Amino acid sequence: MFTRILAVASLEMRIGLRNRWLLLATLILAAFSLALALLGSAPAGTLGVDRMTITVASLASLSVYLVPLLSLLLAFDAISGEIDRGTALLIFSSPISRVEFLLGKAIGHFAVILIALLLGYGLTAGVLVAFGGGSLAGLVDFARLIATSAMLGLAFLAIGYIASSATRAPGTAAALAIGIWLFAVVLYDLALLGALVADNGGTFSRSVFPLALLANPADAFRLFNLAALGASDLVGGMAGVSDALPYPPSAALAAIAGVTLAAFAAAAALLKRIEP
Amino acid sequence: MTESVLSIKNLTKRFGRQTAVDGVSFHIEPGERAALIGHNGAGKTTLIKSILGFLTPEEGSISVLGNAPGSNAARRSVAYLPEAVAFQKALTGVEILTFFSRLKGEDPKTVPGLLEKVGLSEAGRRRVGTYSKGMRQRLGLAQALIGEPSLVLLDEPTSGLDPVSRQDFYMLVEEVAARGAAVLLSSHALSEVEAKTDRVLIMAHGKLVADDTLASLRRAARLPIRLRVQGADVAADEIAARLGGMRVNCRSVEIFCDADEKLAHLAAISALGSLVEDVEVTLPSLDDVYRHFTGVDAKKGS
Ligand SMILES: Nc1ncnc2c1ncn2[C@@H]1O[C@H](COP(=O)(O)OP(=O)(O)OP(=O)(O)O)[C@@H](O)[C@H]1O
Ligand SMILES: [Mg+2]
Repeated sequence: MFTRILAVASLEMRIGLRNRWLLLATLILAAFSLALALLGSAPAGTLGVDRMTITVASLASLSVYLVPLLSLLLAFDAISGEIDRGTALLIFSSPISRVEFLLGKAIGHFAVILIALLLGYGLTAGVLVAFGGGSLAGLVDFARLIATSAMLGLAFLAIGYIASSATRAPGTAAALAIGIWLFAVVLYDLALLGALVADNGGTFSRSVFPLALLANPADAFRLFNLAALGASDLVGGMAGVSDALPYPPSAALAAIAGVTLAAFAAAAALLKRIEP
Repeated sequence: MTESVLSIKNLTKRFGRQTAVDGVSFHIEPGERAALIGHNGAGKTTLIKSILGFLTPEEGSISVLGNAPGSNAARRSVAYLPEAVAFQKALTGVEILTFFSRLKGEDPKTVPGLLEKVGLSEAGRRRVGTYSKGMRQRLGLAQALIGEPSLVLLDEPTSGLDPVSRQDFYMLVEEVAARGAAVLLSSHALSEVEAKTDRVLIMAHGKLVADDTLASLRRAARLPIRLRVQGADVAADEIAARLGGMRVNCRSVEIFCDADEKLAHLAAISALGSLVEDVEVTLPSLDDVYRHFTGVDAKKGS
């Protein structure tokens, strides 16, 4: 069982390396985070907060956009691509089970995302340390950011697998993946904000809104990171609400894990029904 | 009695209102090479996918060495080559075969040997994106030879292969069957599998219309032999009158007869002496035999 899962995972990593996907993801993460770190640090440095912490706060907002996108782009092809190429017939006629196959894909893709995050954000942390802007607390913040970004990535990988097994064609799956990204990181927040304004402190704001934040891994991720940094006052916006929520920030992490598991279960159920 | 490797009883598979496989039954024994012949859309691929457990039939049953199709035990003993497979272009032949060896729980050390068998030892380290069509097909074949499967299902394995590669391929099939595996391969042309398989299964419109050795099918079809007599002069009318054949042009006459009447006809022809210049004997071709069984007769026009 483990050799089969590892076979799928290592092949997926190899493909990620070979088609320069990993390189591209790393470069994007490094470029954006370096730009944020170098451009954004000057004014905040006067507030007496650690420079790395400020950078991590803005990187958290970057992760909310980039990491789900990278994950969905990796995941959409996972099943629809194998069906399209006809390799799904071969794979599923061999002794590997569909769940093992899905786990293998997830481990391989997760490794690609994790490496890209470690290299991309690690480079930025290294640059800050080298130019004397680092501290131990700041490094812990960076580590937390990378770990939770990886969790966010895994959640959207699982959601991407649903898209990939719900449609047999890679083109459709890609369109669906982009749609999911738009919805999760842009439209969802806009809708929540709109509802908050319209509700003006009513039952929606008190009981539905906090749960709605947990249901979307992107929001849960932002909530946890900004609360952990104590930086909600620095960044403002939606992050400012974290103090008023009826649960501790760690609940956000549990929520991401829960959504991830549910999405995996849904993707596995869809995959089991597929005729390759 | 040995247990059949593959046994299919009354299998019916429908897609909506269309019946792709219609009441098909047959067995394949260990070491047997069976060819599944049929026109486009006859149901060959559907049948093979049902044997793999990818499709659930509406009626009938399939057993692979006593196991349900698609079960773990069945998948462990079956090897398969799909009719259209495109491996990841970025990977090399070695990487792909190593991957499938690991999926099947076989030692990847056998990969170089497999590549050599299909004539890809040199290309093995190159990306599949650089392979020719035939090379990709041979890589797929190598994949189906991993391990020691008891049942090998090959869907149009020789498509895209040149004549020499084709011959090499049938030698590999013989080798696999000699080891005791049952091989079921699909093809469009009866002529291609002549002398290459032990048994021929012909499908037409989802039905199994023939299941026997090629020699028996030839006999059973009882197709007429064609004798074409060419007159020495413009004497077709006279020849036709004396032999009872059909005049095709001013010099030639055609006679159709059964195999056992052939000699009698030839004797009558030679009795005409100088009236006849030449005789041409044409045995029914495999395509004719195939047409006979599938009912796609020129006469019926269907
Ligand atoms: N998934 C499907 N949905 C609907 N109809 C299908 C499906 N798969 C096959 N069919 C139909 O079933 C019939 C048999 O198809 P099949 O692919 O088995 O033919 P085949 O003998 O393999 O033909 P070919 O020689 O062209 O490969 C065809 O009419 C085809 O249109
Ligand atoms: Mg076919």
